[in-house]
Amino acid sequence: MRYLPLTESDRRSMLATIGAASVDDLFRDVPMAARHSGPIPELPGHMGELEVERLLGSMAARNLAAGSCPSFLGAGSYRHHVPSTVDYMIQRGEFLTAYTPYQPEISQGTLQVLFEFQTQVALLTGMDVANASMYDGATSCSEAVKMANRITRRKKAILSGGLHPHYRDVTTTDAAFTGFDAVTLPPDAFGGEDLAGMVDAQTSCVVVQYPSVFGRIYDYTELAKSCQAKGALLIVVVTEAVSLGLLTPPGDMGADIVAAEGQSFGNPLNFGGPYVGLFACKEKYVRQMPGRLCGQTVDADGKRGFVLTLSTREQHIRREKATSNICTNSGLCALAFSIHVSLLGEEGLAGLARLNHAKAVQLAEKLAGVKGVEVVNDAFFNEFTVKLPKPAAGVVETLAQRRILAGVPASRLFPGEHPDLLLVAATETNTDSDMDAFAQALAEVL
Amino acid sequence: MNNQGRPTAIPAPTSAAGDTVTGNRGLRIEEPLIFEQDSPGRCGVDLPALPDVGLRLGPVKPRGSIGLPGLSEPQVVRHYTRLSQKNYAIDAGLYPLGSCTMKHNPRLNEKMARLPGFADVHPLQPESTVQGALALMDELAHWLKALTGMPAVTLAPAAGAHGEMAGMMAIRAALEHRGEGARKRVLVPESAHGTNPATAAAIGYSVDPIPATAEGRVDLEALKAKLGPDVAAIMLTNPNTCGLFERDIIAIAEVVHAAGAFFYCDGANFNAIVGRVMPAELGIDAMHINLHKTFSTPHGGGGPGSGPVVFSAALAPFVPVPYVRKDGDRFVLVEREGEGGTAYGRMKAFHGQMGMFVRALSYMLSHGADGLWQASGDAVLNANYLMARLNDVMTAPFEGPCMHECLFDDRFLKGTGVSTLDIAKALIDEGFHPMTMYFPLVVHGALLIEPTETESKDALDQFVTALRALAERAKTGDAAWFQAAPRFTPRRRLDETAAARKPVLRWAPEPERLEAAE
Ligand SMILES: Cc1ncc(COP(=O)(O)O)c(C=O)c1O
Repeated sequence: MRYLPLTESDRRSMLATIGAASVDDLFRDVPMAARHSGPIPELPGHMGELEVERLLGSMAARNLAAGSCPSFLGAGSYRHHVPSTVDYMIQRGEFLTAYTPYQPEISQGTLQVLFEFQTQVALLTGMDVANASMYDGATSCSEAVKMANRITRRKKAILSGGLHPHYRDVTTTDAAFTGFDAVTLPPDAFGGEDLAGMVDAQTSCVVVQYPSVFGRIYDYTELAKSCQAKGALLIVVVTEAVSLGLLTPPGDMGADIVAAEGQSFGNPLNFGGPYVGLFACKEKYVRQMPGRLCGQTVDADGKRGFVLTLSTREQHIRREKATSNICTNSGLCALAFSIHVSLLGEEGLAGLARLNHAKAVQLAEKLAGVKGVEVVNDAFFNEFTVKLPKPAAGVVETLAQRRILAGVPASRLFPGEHPDLLLVAATETNTDSDMDAFAQALAEVL
Repeated sequence: MNNQGRPTAIPAPTSAAGDTVTGNRGLRIEEPLIFEQDSPGRCGVDLPALPDVGLRLGPVKPRGSIGLPGLSEPQVVRHYTRLSQKNYAIDAGLYPLGSCTMKHNPRLNEKMARLPGFADVHPLQPESTVQGALALMDELAHWLKALTGMPAVTLAPAAGAHGEMAGMMAIRAALEHRGEGARKRVLVPESAHGTNPATAAAIGYSVDPIPATAEGRVDLEALKAKLGPDVAAIMLTNPNTCGLFERDIIAIAEVVHAAGAFFYCDGANFNAIVGRVMPAELGIDAMHINLHKTFSTPHGGGGPGSGPVVFSAALAPFVPVPYVRKDGDRFVLVEREGEGGTAYGRMKAFHGQMGMFVRALSYMLSHGADGLWQASGDAVLNANYLMARLNDVMTAPFEGPCMHECLFDDRFLKGTGVSTLDIAKALIDEGFHPMTMYFPLVVHGALLIEPTETESKDALDQFVTALRALAERAKTGDAAWFQAAPRFTPRRRLDETAAARKPVLRWAPEPERLEAAE
């Protein structure tokens, strides 16, 4: 086996050093009933690289790669162009094959990356501080609610109907087991939620999404004030981080915590994971944050360096009193995010966001021209909702047969509701001809 | 400076020996923060032309400046290359972090995960366009079930701790289903990883520690005494965090089940037994498997991971969504439980860590049943070899044989003034990543060494030589020398107390500019 360096003679001499008769002998503490006498018969034997490539390649070939056709899916996962530098850099063994930076003297690379990542996330969200990543946006969202519960010592979270239903479900699952109330609202496809009016003395937080899962854009400044006036926190969820390059950041609206998905920067679609949860908040709440934090300090020679810090919040120190049980996070995805953001810089990121919006405006105009199609949103970033004269799921399936990935039917996210609504996203990867092909095919199938 | 930018005179030596003009030392290069390399107007990407259309942002204004620095692509490449060179990695050397399983990360797995048919697939594409992805998930599930003998598995959790959460939620859901929701106590050995008590507490259980025997295993009698009608589960790591197999595990499962409780097994150490020992035969109800340990998906400086959980028949109905079901020759992704379903909810957005699934399956296929058998055997052999070769100069709290990792305490350092931490830092100067320090907590000054099966005997021998020399040097009472280690690293020991007392968690423009002006 190509990954195993020991030879038979190594094994023999090592067993002699140990004083054991065989490797099996080393397993003598294992009850016989649970031990195999040899390799598991129902699994195949080892394979060379060539055979593995053939086998996995044939599975990959049974999927329609989004980049091989016009594709307009979003709803929490966005296809952006990732500069070649990103994937090259994250495959450097020094980043890829290191563990969590427990020994800072030989992990300054990872630690400085985390410090820069935390700064980038804080700048993008307009918040004071950010952590070193969570699993994904949905778990960030649920952790944010639990943090708000700790801070306010209250137990009722109000989840907007504009929140991505997976984020909602992760939070309500947590609520059911952790013992807090998560009040959910119906899908907010057309606007009109009165969240401020629902905040009461038991409310720990209101969770809104910006832009919403239907692509709607609200200014949450007044909502933040209403929450805070009643001692509740405002949690703003962002699933399309590129929007932060164009829209007023949540921090400027008064958000207390921002929970976001960072996949759009540096990370491919990956059929949904791994992604990278972003988590940012006001400085005064930092000791209630979940997850790892990297901080600046000095070394024995007085030179600037970085370490993991405030770990008395974490499971390895606080055990059952930890703010969260998270240990492994999304380090490498955070690195990819950070490199992409570094390449873009101020100008590139603003430009990319502006371009995404412009593409979506173009697409909305083209789709509005298709007979029977109505664009629901007036305002949006790079994703919006359209109303079709037929069930969207069937239309999407038909268009997929014609190799056009038309968007996400609202009914996929909210089973049984809004069968005629379709969520459509455009990014810098969509060309004019992609959009024309989509509009034309849509006209043909409606 | 002369006009080529070179100094015209050799600078006078300054206080610290080895100082240079730049602060660099040969290949060891000082690298400022990316924010300190800003040049407004520079950009590392060229974007397509912006269509001439107006804004449709409704009530929200376009934001002002973000505050990000501008750099060109070559500057960005250099920045991250230089940073990477300040990291130790398994690619570069032995990384014997106990419990973390730092084994070789085959590049084939990276290549497979990057096939456009896996990496460039949107999670919400129509099912008909993702049959290969669902087939891969089904195949991975098949391997995990075959390797554990367990009838069900969820692939949803994003890491080990997340898997613990999924498993413990299933246990609570099952208890509530049979009307025993009042069980609120979870038994956790004192040697457990911090995520175990944190998980149990996070979902509303009280955590009751169970003590260990002098042999480093669960005290069966103490466990029996703690069991009662209010106990929901035991969370037990096996092989345990002392690197030992829980000899009484079948008896433990029996008494736990007899008390009406469930047996959660932390499978972070599955690497020791994969392909050789069948967890289903041990009486386990749920066990997470860290694909980023046993199945070699890279740790990436902290993540991502993937923590599938296998379930017994009793817990199988209580899995989270989504899961893959086979319908004839088609795969169906069940994203929402139907009427009367018992799935308890959702762990994360979308369907799990697909990128990790591809890597793990690539690893499994490469090894095959025979390779896995050999791999766990070699992992255990390597650890026992280290134990045998270090035992006389260091102190092992428990009798062997050990499984995939060997544990020492700090009795061999008694009276020397040298601590476990000092040994770790001195090992860094010898070119090794240290072992896990101060974990498990049940052993004083623990040093937990996990070599893994992908180390050669030569690498182990070199490590042994270094560690033996350090242990012997410590006994000569050279504490000051140890405390000054490491010396040859990009940074010396860092002041963690100062970092926590006045946290600086991000770069900020103002103070930096002031500093520069000084
Ligand atoms: C014994 C044990 N349990 C649980 C975990 C948690 O796993 P993860 O870091 O993937 O969340 C770890 C790893 O750190 C571990 O070593």
